[in-house]
Amino acid sequence: MRPIEIITQLLDLAAALVAAPLFVGWINQCRAWLQNRSAPSIWLPYRGIRKLFHKDAVIATRASALFRLAPYIVFGAMVLAAGIIPSMGTRLPVTRIADAIALVGLLATARVFMSLAAMDVGTAFGTLGARREMMVGFLAEPALLMVIFVASLISASTALPAITEHLATQTLGLYPSLAFTAVAFTMVLLAENARIPIDNPATHLELTMIHEALLLEYSARHLALMEWAAALKLFNYACIGFALFIPWGVSTVQGGPLALLASIPVLAAKLIAAGGVLALIETVSAKVRVFRAPEFLATAFLFAVLGLLVHLLLGA
Amino acid sequence: MTSALHSPLNACLAILVLWGAIGLAGLLRPTSLRFVARSLFPLSALASLMLAAVAAWSLGVAPERAILAIGLPDLPMHLRRDALSGVFLFLLGAASAGISVFAAGYFRRGHGTSAGLLCLQYHLFLASMGLVMLADDAYAFMVSWETMALSSYFLVTTQHGLPDIRRAGFLYLLIAHVGAIAILLAFGVMQGGSWQFTFDAMRGARLPAPWAAAAFLLALFGFGAKAGLVPLHVWLPEAHPAAPSPVSALMSGVMLKTAVYGALRVTFDLLGQPVWWWGVVALAVGLFTALYGVVFAAAQSDMKRLLAYSSIENIGLIFTAFGLAIVFRGVGMSMLAALALIALLYHSLNHAFMKSLLFLGTGAVLHSTGERSLGRLGGLIHRMPWVAWLTLVGALALAGLPPLNGFVSEWLLLQAFLFAHEVPHTFVNMLLPMAAAVVVLAAALAAYVMVKFFGVIFLGQPREPGLAGAHDAGVLQRLGLAWLAAGCVALGLFPTQIINGLRGVVKQLSGADLPGQTAPWWLLEPIPGRQASYSALGFLLAVTAIVLLTIVGVRLFYHRRVRRADPWDCGFARLDARMQDTAEGFGQPIRHIFGQFFLLRRELPTPFDRAPRYRVLVGDRIWERLYGPLGGLVQRIADRFAWVQQGRIATYLLYSFVTLVALLALVL
Repeated sequence: MRPIEIITQLLDLAAALVAAPLFVGWINQCRAWLQNRSAPSIWLPYRGIRKLFHKDAVIATRASALFRLAPYIVFGAMVLAAGIIPSMGTRLPVTRIADAIALVGLLATARVFMSLAAMDVGTAFGTLGARREMMVGFLAEPALLMVIFVASLISASTALPAITEHLATQTLGLYPSLAFTAVAFTMVLLAENARIPIDNPATHLELTMIHEALLLEYSARHLALMEWAAALKLFNYACIGFALFIPWGVSTVQGGPLALLASIPVLAAKLIAAGGVLALIETVSAKVRVFRAPEFLATAFLFAVLGLLVHLLLGA
Repeated sequence: MTSALHSPLNACLAILVLWGAIGLAGLLRPTSLRFVARSLFPLSALASLMLAAVAAWSLGVAPERAILAIGLPDLPMHLRRDALSGVFLFLLGAASAGISVFAAGYFRRGHGTSAGLLCLQYHLFLASMGLVMLADDAYAFMVSWETMALSSYFLVTTQHGLPDIRRAGFLYLLIAHVGAIAILLAFGVMQGGSWQFTFDAMRGARLPAPWAAAAFLLALFGFGAKAGLVPLHVWLPEAHPAAPSPVSALMSGVMLKTAVYGALRVTFDLLGQPVWWWGVVALAVGLFTALYGVVFAAAQSDMKRLLAYSSIENIGLIFTAFGLAIVFRGVGMSMLAALALIALLYHSLNHAFMKSLLFLGTGAVLHSTGERSLGRLGGLIHRMPWVAWLTLVGALALAGLPPLNGFVSEWLLLQAFLFAHEVPHTFVNMLLPMAAAVVVLAAALAAYVMVKFFGVIFLGQPREPGLAGAHDAGVLQRLGLAWLAAGCVALGLFPTQIINGLRGVVKQLSGADLPGQTAPWWLLEPIPGRQASYSALGFLLAVTAIVLLTIVGVRLFYHRRVRRADPWDCGFARLDARMQDTAEGFGQPIRHIFGQFFLLRRELPTPFDRAPRYRVLVGDRIWERLYGPLGGLVQRIADRFAWVQQGRIATYLLYSFVTLVALLALVL
């Protein structure tokens, strides 16, 4: 392991941990502007997390050890996921232990633990949230894997850095298959991160909530970890999107420390743009009923399949 | 004696004989539960461990044969042990070790079969499964196959006082025999006119292509009936809940794999050169079975039926890998065939451990609470922590989550699919990625099923007041569960070592070796240069390290104060256990999305009901679409020929006479 690899890895992890809440804050700001509200501070998610860490944890009397363990596992899974996704450089030593399929498995692990923890206390909302979360999960996972399959068929590898490396060093060609899968991926991103057409991060309305219903019993440090993990998840998804569809600007195998340094502002620019787009999507679309979620995700799956067929037919 | 034990085959046979002896010993004091359960079953578990050890050792030893002069004159039993039988013998030994230890603590004085008889049936079942894997001629194979079916039939109908259980047993026996006829016919085709029924003769026979295809399809049907491929799966959800839990575990974890073994033996060994379109057939059936099984599993509300449907799903995945291997072998891409076969064998091993674990977990719950219905369980993690946490390992493994074993085989299967774009048939080439999508969907649904299974049984509030008296499993039961859970973890963490062990088998079946391992021992990289790697150990270490760092960090920078309080009730102060999701409620999205699969019957209350009831029955459409018309057809044909039955002996004698004359005319 060369020093540059370790530096890339640590930078990757640190960027994720630091930038994830900021990214959420930025999206909230953009949303507020687009909706003619005065925007909250971009630092608000940080303050929320800090405040929660200081509070006393209140745990339901019936909760088992699983309930207290789950936030740590979910957070750990998201941090490891951040370490696997090449957001700035492709020389990540950790990626050898988990390729893109294992990354999807890692996200599934987090989801399962979150759902189990929600069922642990045995309230109506917990089980309801778990059921809906697992429903969205099993619909979104195939679509996500199809997206990854297309990218790995193009680059003959399932390792994310190799995919990014391949796509980033390619002469700027047009991949029609990737255009289809990009649409599919965006839809999966919205659904998996509890964003608007599927879930609304801003409300606790009983009939519709998914993600918030899972967290209803959590408080203090456990809630802080869950919130942070949710922010990391959004950040991770965004970075998967960058790695697959706009990989330019990351420091590749040839790049030295300077290229790595240069990739930091590139990532920031990508995040700023992505946050704006996400806020725009959320502002112009309405939340669908829970029963319509399968249709939404089936559409995403269809787009991914179309991308795959286009790839197989055109070879691009 | 010592020289005899140098050969793994003889050692295996000695263990099978030992099993038979243990079974017979049960008859010495048939009603003494203490003698049978506490002495004989632990002994049997030791024999299982020995078998697993011998089988693991045998993987590196060249094939060997034996001829036992048992049976009809001039028709001795041929036995042969090679790498393929070694893998499945290992599976049998390793899984049954845990199951037998558990069974030692499980059996209670009940109404059904006496303990001694049960012991005989159980060990006959074990020994016949071992013999199936060693048989080297059609005669020995069919005899042990039928012994297996019969002994398991008696085990299923242990509680034969109940009509439902007799019905389930009959259904099992019926489908087992329909399948056995197909297997027998397949052997008949494969002897290729030589009338030699040894497997050697079948290996040597050169069958014309249509006959080879017929043999394959017959074998797929026959072994599919035992494995539970749709539409022959109907016996599984009936027989598994009917049987005592260790028997369910043995049937689901091990017996279904004998069918996988049979399919592999016939296709890759006896028929030799499979044709690619056979694989497409197996792939299609396997995929449909996987999806069908998992969708039905999600809708079940009886915990053992749920697991039975989940077994159908896993068998579907195994046959998907089987089909994929045939396609690759058929088009000459032996290395990918090897990869698919590795995924197949790996998943078979995994399923043996995780499904046995879960069935035994349900057994412990059943004993402790007397409930099989998910709607009357809940909150057992507080009362039965051992069972709950060990079952959680199995549930997470079955959900296909890293770093446990279910994920490894899934990962290997998906890798095999991803390399499939080089198949020379364009249409197949297009369809294979779609097939991969179905695999992914089935795997994702499996996670849903497992969250439902574990969450409804062990988490939340107890749904019945009686659950407050539930007690944890005894020491022997815990030991059995822990053995299987450890197996799940070990299979998950050391894939490279397991795959090295499977190399010999895969080479024997696919004709190609996987390329040598160039990566370090902790890294799984099936095909070097493809840049696809996974390390369960690294994965586990990384997650554990981050989790520990987080815990320490939180403690260090903040505090560890905790207050206990009632759960948040949204201002409605009468939150009770009935407000949790029931099993039906948890399955509701599945019923909504996959409504076409089910035969749904709902009873909805009217607004004026004094005691409103909501009932929903989820049925299998296969019954009304396939078996209903089939049964009607048989009935009509039987009615047409009913006049033959006169009830007078003179008439029957006349029939015999006419038959005799006709046969003589034919022969002479």
